[in-house]
Amino acid sequence: MALKGNLRDFSFSQLLNLISLAKKTGTLQVHGPEKAASISFDAGKLSYAQNSKKDHGLAAVLLRSEKLTDKQYQVIKEKANNIGDKELGLMLINSNYVTQDEILSSLKNEFVSTANDLFSWEEGIFHFENNLKPAADKISLLISLENIIIEGSRQLQEMERLQDELPSLDMALKFTDNPGTNIRNVNLSVKEWRVVSFINPKNSMKQIAKTTKLDDYEFRRIVYSLIQAGLVEIIRPEGVAPPTPKVPTLPVEGADEQKSLVNRLITRIRSL
Amino acid sequence: MQTVKMVVTGPFSSGKTQFIQTVSEIDVVATERKISSESERIKETTTVAMDFGRITVDDDLVLYLFGTPGQKRFDFMWEILSEGMLGFVVMVDSSRPETFREARRILETFRAYAPTPYVVTANKQDLEDAWEPEDMRIALRLAPEVKLLPCTATDKESVKNALLELLYSILERMESE
Repeated sequence: MALKGNLRDFSFSQLLNLISLAKKTGTLQVHGPEKAASISFDAGKLSYAQNSKKDHGLAAVLLRSEKLTDKQYQVIKEKANNIGDKELGLMLINSNYVTQDEILSSLKNEFVSTANDLFSWEEGIFHFENNLKPAADKISLLISLENIIIEGSRQLQEMERLQDELPSLDMALKFTDNPGTNIRNVNLSVKEWRVVSFINPKNSMKQIAKTTKLDDYEFRRIVYSLIQAGLVEIIRPEGVAPPTPKVPTLPVEGADEQKSLVNRLITRIRSL
Repeated sequence: MQTVKMVVTGPFSSGKTQFIQTVSEIDVVATERKISSESERIKETTTVAMDFGRITVDDDLVLYLFGTPGQKRFDFMWEILSEGMLGFVVMVDSSRPETFREARRILETFRAYAPTPYVVTANKQDLEDAWEPEDMRIALRLAPEVKLLPCTATDKESVKNALLELLYSILERMESE
């Protein structure tokens, strides 16, 4: 019996739970409105994951986890583009670019991050192909699903909270006018610095998120922490007009008549 | 007969019904029901449609005060209630910081429905564990120009003050046009 449906009706956490309990082997393909993902399992454990929006070759994964520099990545793409991940991994280990542990931990982070991203998909056609394994040249792992389900559910709850806190990324950010604060004295991570470096009333948060290549969850989390620390505040982006204030609906026409009506209300309330 | 309306909104149990009751010349037409949700059972009843109070100004003019339902599942009523309003009051329970986030969400929603003047009241200031209004301004992330008024909805002068401040804001808006 084919395992297929829509994430709208059967959530990703329910799917993972089913795959884990039934110890399934195969590949889950999910096609969402904007992107697609493919996740492979071996006896109920996560073995491989890729997202249609990202280059999922080993070199790109190592670049994203900062184990390779941009220059090293370019050289690999030019000279070893046709080499499979397993072979490339061996070459990189033998030439002392990276260690085996670094490759495995980078891949694990990448697979888990791809899986975590799926928790936030509200919609997506899914199809589980039994016994379909990743391509032979890909490096597979065996990652237990229990922690992924717990962590993914926690992130989903946090995301809902972050969306409440930052309902629109169309607004911009500016540094607060707090003379006692010097951002250079604050301990920030590399990703936080990347966001901070683009903070400017001309840049909307959406533009900063795109430029820094951070996913929605991570970007909102960073912005929220900067706001909570009192370092930045949300403002309307430069050049975007504020919504026109609406004159209240009054049952009379003409400015003088309307003011007179409000003054009558004021007099009455005072007299209560 | 001319009629105008103001909307009183805010999170569950922020004191909207009491606010209207304090100044309404009629018994508030409250549509209250016993609370079914365990998480919201901090009081016995809640408003499920809307509260409705009246202040007759003169022979020719009546002000209606509409209170929005407190529970989240009645959000769909907000858009209907906000149509044609003169302005709105956002009630916040100063002693329940866990509702501040919800208060911000409600404020943003109403501002999106109708960018009319509004005031925010720091209600239940008579309670021992009430937050200071200026601390609430920071927690609610209100801009300095937004009127945040200390309030005790059972006290008529306090409610009158909130309504008057809203009317002054409406007048200022008209004069700046």
